[in-house]
Parts: sequence; structure tokens; C-alpha cells
Amino acid sequence: MATNMTRESEPLVLRDRESVSSEGNEHIVEAINRRYGAGFVTDIETDTLPPGLNEDVVRWISARKGEPGWMTEWRLQAYRHWLTMIPPEWAKLRIAPIDFQAISYFAAPKEGPKSLAEVDPKLLETYEKLGVPLHERARLAGVAVDAVFDSVSVGTTFRKELAEAGVIFCSMSEAVKEHPDLVRAYLGSVVPTSDNYFAALNSAVFSDGSFVFIPKGVRCPMELSTYFRINAINTGQFERTLIVAEEGASVSYLEGCTAPMRDENQLHAAVVELVALDDADIKYSTVQNWYPGDENGLGGIYNFVTKRGDCRGVRSKISWTQVETGSAITWKYPSCVLRGDESVGEFHSVALTHHHQQADTGTKMIHIGRNTKSKIIAKGISAGRGQNSYRGLVKVEKGASGARNYTQCDSLLIGKKCGAHTFPYIEVKNPSAIVEHEATTSKISDDQLFYCRSRGIAEEDAVSLIVDGFCRQVFRELPMEFAVEAKKLLEVSLEGAVG
Amino acid sequence: MLKIENLHVRIAGKDILRGLSLEVKAGEVHAIMGPNGAGKSTLGNVLAGREGYEVIEGSIRYEGQDLLGLEPEERAAAGVFLAFQYPVEIPGVNNTYFLRAALNAQRRRRGESELDSMQFLKRVREKLAVLHLKDELLHRAVNEGFSGGEKKRNEIFQMALLEPKLAILDETDSGLDIDALKMVADGVNAMRDPARAFIVITHYQRLLDYIVPDYVHVLADGRIVESGDKSLALKLEEHGYSWIAERKLAGAA
Repeated sequence: MATNMTRESEPLVLRDRESVSSEGNEHIVEAINRRYGAGFVTDIETDTLPPGLNEDVVRWISARKGEPGWMTEWRLQAYRHWLTMIPPEWAKLRIAPIDFQAISYFAAPKEGPKSLAEVDPKLLETYEKLGVPLHERARLAGVAVDAVFDSVSVGTTFRKELAEAGVIFCSMSEAVKEHPDLVRAYLGSVVPTSDNYFAALNSAVFSDGSFVFIPKGVRCPMELSTYFRINAINTGQFERTLIVAEEGASVSYLEGCTAPMRDENQLHAAVVELVALDDADIKYSTVQNWYPGDENGLGGIYNFVTKRGDCRGVRSKISWTQVETGSAITWKYPSCVLRGDESVGEFHSVALTHHHQQADTGTKMIHIGRNTKSKIIAKGISAGRGQNSYRGLVKVEKGASGARNYTQCDSLLIGKKCGAHTFPYIEVKNPSAIVEHEATTSKISDDQLFYCRSRGIAEEDAVSLIVDGFCRQVFRELPMEFAVEAKKLLEVSLEGAVG
Repeated sequence: MLKIENLHVRIAGKDILRGLSLEVKAGEVHAIMGPNGAGKSTLGNVLAGREGYEVIEGSIRYEGQDLLGLEPEERAAAGVFLAFQYPVEIPGVNNTYFLRAALNAQRRRRGESELDSMQFLKRVREKLAVLHLKDELLHRAVNEGFSGGEKKRNEIFQMALLEPKLAILDETDSGLDIDALKMVADGVNAMRDPARAFIVITHYQRLLDYIVPDYVHVLADGRIVESGDKSLALKLEEHGYSWIAERKLAGAA
């Protein structure tokens, strides 16, 4: 590693010093300089922190990103709170203890393979099956593609159109610098820094993420996707996303993690906050396919994510759609706080576990306002030795008269060694509420397979067909291209599940 | 077209078919009748290739090939079709989508070009008209929430669309009212062709008033104990299956 500091990082350290000195911890700054200043801030390609987490690290990240003092302080508060917390153990997951001191908390754009020729052929094969366009494959595989595929012009076109509509769509780092008032007003207002163990950790060390702001009365002219935001490439393991839709605004946001990451046993702890004011409408779709580990359960991403939407205004609506096929362990409950009267929350989910994957996922619908409505459609698919749990809370507060919830929770088992579990929690404090819950568990039966085969459809295709049918209610919530991708993803993920 | 010789089949250790022989030529309609538990459905399932049926002796030749050596989907592509006694529901899978997937899978396997949605839809409309079926059937999921009669009609619709060479109807008449029965029979009769054969498995003679068979076979104790023309079915109707057993006893004595 080179020992020179970059031009970018120097002023950042100064700013950091300011915030630190407000606390009178001069020696920490010295420590930072001593420990990191010389050895690790090199150039953007290889800039990585050594493993370990302490206040210095939090300050270093904040400084490295050129954040103002209030942001550093916010992170530190989160960090201090995190120290007092213990990892959640209530989920039906077997998680080997995580050594948080063994993780590196800042790994800015990694140096990937130089060309597709250097990429694992198995990975490329997967992309091919998914029908990912060639230039996209390179980007997903982490190849430095700026020279190969000029996405900058694409990005610029979008930016211009969005700016004309008054929409802000940028990285969280940029937002902190360029729209500090908005970020300060909303960041942490849905998922407080002290919310839970992984959210607190994320608040302390988040590396980047997306910021979306749709002003009053604006319907976002296009579907926003992380694909189109160049600086989202290789975003770190701790993303922070904030979407705000003002009165009467609407937006559809797509989060595609369709690239299997090859990093092994990586912790991925993201936080997503959505705020919908009066009559606003936010639709958030995710297709997640992080590296699930190998057939024997080695490696894979720990996907511990906090996603929550706040229907703050009257008649606001937040809708989550997720297709989760990747990750070794998924711990994720995209939720809606239905604060505004007549607000609506929806959750549509497909979660698949194969081989040794584990998922404990579901949602929370908190009815606070009057005549609030929520709908939950959760589909769990287990194959191999996969363990799949649905965990959902429907809570109707005292003042939520006329609240309604409908929950449908279906599990599909493929093979004999997998498991499906359902943990519905219902808390109703208002007698006028109507809460419905339906649950089914089914298997892909030999009868169904034989029926398909007797009509000419080969076994693997028959499995895809049956699984696709099982997921239909959720897939139709996805934008067209995503639905196609999700379907293919399930096919790829279920290869070898039968037979 | 089909030649079954001395077929012995065991399910879960129990001998169900014990030396069944049957020859079916193109253009013929064979009715297989017999009491419950005689092995009628086993015959249909073995022909279509269901797992769990152990063939311990005998052979099945279909168009010169060893049928038992083919996977179920290979048999389908080769023109074998089984109309199920209990058609299976596949929730969420659109009926039209399913049929197109099936037809194109068969065509691919036969080295024929796949039908695009326009060509496929044209074919669907033709068959619907012949069978007097409603469009609505197409938009629903495969057999999901269908009544017993609708499921059976859907089987016949699939058969019409897939145009098999050898169609086996496994108690397609059971649970049908007289109108549905006629509709099913009309569908089958419309498909009768010198190049196509049918094996109609049934418990009752009633269906054979509408689908007039060339041959009637009585299956009992795992083999065919009596064969004849359509009049055999009428005699069975009159005397019951015990009549066959008595005749056999008399013959043995």
C-alpha cells in the first residue's frame, strides 16, 4: 500500500477534528492519524480499513466521507448505543457468533477483476441464465467497467429529467453534503439509531446508500433503480437508504441485488427508511440474490436488514414487494407504520431457501390512524435443507378504529429435509378492527409433477412452473422486467432441488 | 401401435397386474371394463409412466419402441396421453400457459418448431369450438377450483389440443352428469381418426353408448379375462361382473 494521503481525505480529517474537539477528545484525532493516516488512506482503489470497530473507526468513516459534525455526532451516538445492545436471538435462525471486531467497516470501491476473463465462470453462467445483458454482467461481476460501458451518459440523462421534475435522487453521501436540511429532518425519523442491534450498527458505520426526495405533488417520471445510479456500484455492506415523498407525491423504487456476491460470510446490515406524507404513495421493490453460500452451507451473506415505512400523512400508501432468493441467512421485516388516517400498507413477499439457507422474514403492520388498511401476502419456498420462517406482526393501537388487515401466508416445501415455519403475532387494542389470517402449507406433490410430465413438460421445468404459479400473486406486483428476472432467479436458485 | 405382452406389475409389494396382454392398432377404440381393484387404473398409469409401479415381467411395445424405457415426458412427446381419473390442481398456473408449455415442450422434443402465441391461440379457439367449451376455462389456473365435471372436460380439452396418437381415458365418465358425459363423448368422437387409437377405461357401460368401441375387454384379477365386441359391454351391464367369474369357473370345470 502507498503511504501518501489523498487530496480528498485531508480536509476531511480536519473537519473530523472539529467535531471531535467539540468533545474534547483531541487524543483520538492523534490516534486516528497515527493509526490510519499513514498506512491506509491511499488511493480510492484500495482504500480499506483494517478489521475492528471503535469510536475512532466511526469518526474515520465520517471524516473519510467528508461529513459535517452533526452527522459524525449522530453516528457516534448510534455507536455508543450499539455497545449497550445484544444481538437479537428471537429469530428462528442458527447464526454462528459474529466477531464484530473481525470485520472491516470501510471497503470503498474494491479493485475487481480487470476483465470478464478473470471472473469465475460459474458466476458468468448464472448471469447468462438470468439473461443479464453483457455489459451489465461485467458491472455486476465487479469488473471496472467505466471504460467498457459508459453508463455515465445514461446516468446524466436520467438526472436531467429528474431534476426538471424537482426529484432528488443521489447517493446518501452526496445528500448529506448537498441536502443536509432534508437529511437531518428525516434520517433516523423512521428507524431511530437505537431501534435494534443491526440498525444501530448501520447508523454508526453506514457507508453509502440512496437518497430520494419527491417534492409535493410530483409523480416521479420514471421508476428509480439502484442500477442507474453509478455510484451505487460496490456500495458497502452497510447501506442506508432514505426515501421521502411529500404531499401527493408518488414514486416506485427498485432495488436490484441480482448479483451473487462472491465475498464469503459477509455481514450486510442495511437500513431503509420511507416517509410518505399526505396522499403520497411509495412502492419499494427488491429482488435480492446475494451469495447464498455453497451447497454445503459454507460462506454466504448474512443479510440483516431493517426496512420500515412511515405512512405519516393521511391517505398515504406504502407498498413493499420483495423476492428474496439469496443470502445464507436473511433477517428482514419490511414494515409499515400506518400513522395517517386511511393510510394503507402492503407487503408482498417471496422468500426462497435452498441447500442450507435460512430465512426469518416477514413484516410488521402497525395501525395507529383511523380506518387504516394493511395487506400481507407472504410466500415461502423451502428446498434442500433450507429453513424458512414467516414472522409477522399485525398491531392495532387503541385509536385505530376501523383498522383492517388481511394476511395470507403460504409455504411450499420441495423435498423432505427442508422446513417452513409461521409465526404470526396479532395484537389488537381496538374492538372495531378486523384482522384476517390465512395460512397454508403445501408440497410439490408427485401427482403434480407426474401430471406435468405426462403432458410433456420435463421435471425441472415442471418444478419451475409450479413454483411460478405459487408466487404469481407476488410477481404481479413487480414491474415487468423485474418479474421476468425474479422468475428466472427462482429457476436458477432451485436447480437440482428435485431428483 | 401398442402391444402389451404378459405384463406383471407390482405396487408396494402387491401384484396388481398378472399377465396382461393387449394389442391396440391405429384407428381402434378399446374399452377396458372390470370391477373395482382389477387393475384398470394401474394399466393407464403404467402406460403413462408414473413412478412407483414396478414392472416385474412382460413388455410394452409402442410404435416399435420399448415404451417402458421412456420417461413420462418422452412418452407424451411420442403421442401417449392419459386423461387422469383425478386431474391434478396446479394453483396459480394459467391453464393456457400450461397447455402452451406442454405443447411446445412436446414439439421441441419431436424436433418441430414451437407455436407462437398467435398460432397457439388459433388452435385453442378451434378446439374450444369443437368441444363447446367456454373461454373462461382458459383464464383460470390449471384445474384450480374446477368442479369434477370441469376437470374432466379440461382433460378432454387438453387431449384435443395435444392431439396424441394413443389416448388413454381413465374413468373419464365417473362423476359426470349426462350432459357432461355427452360432451366428453363428442370430444372423443370428433378425434377418432384412422391414425389414432383410444383405450377407454370405464366402470360402466353407459359411456360406451356414446363412444362406441371396436373391442371390449374385461379386466379382472390383473389380466384380461374376456374380450369381445361392443355387445360384451351390454352383457356385462345385464349380468354384472360376477357373470364373468362364473363363466370362467364353468369353463375351468
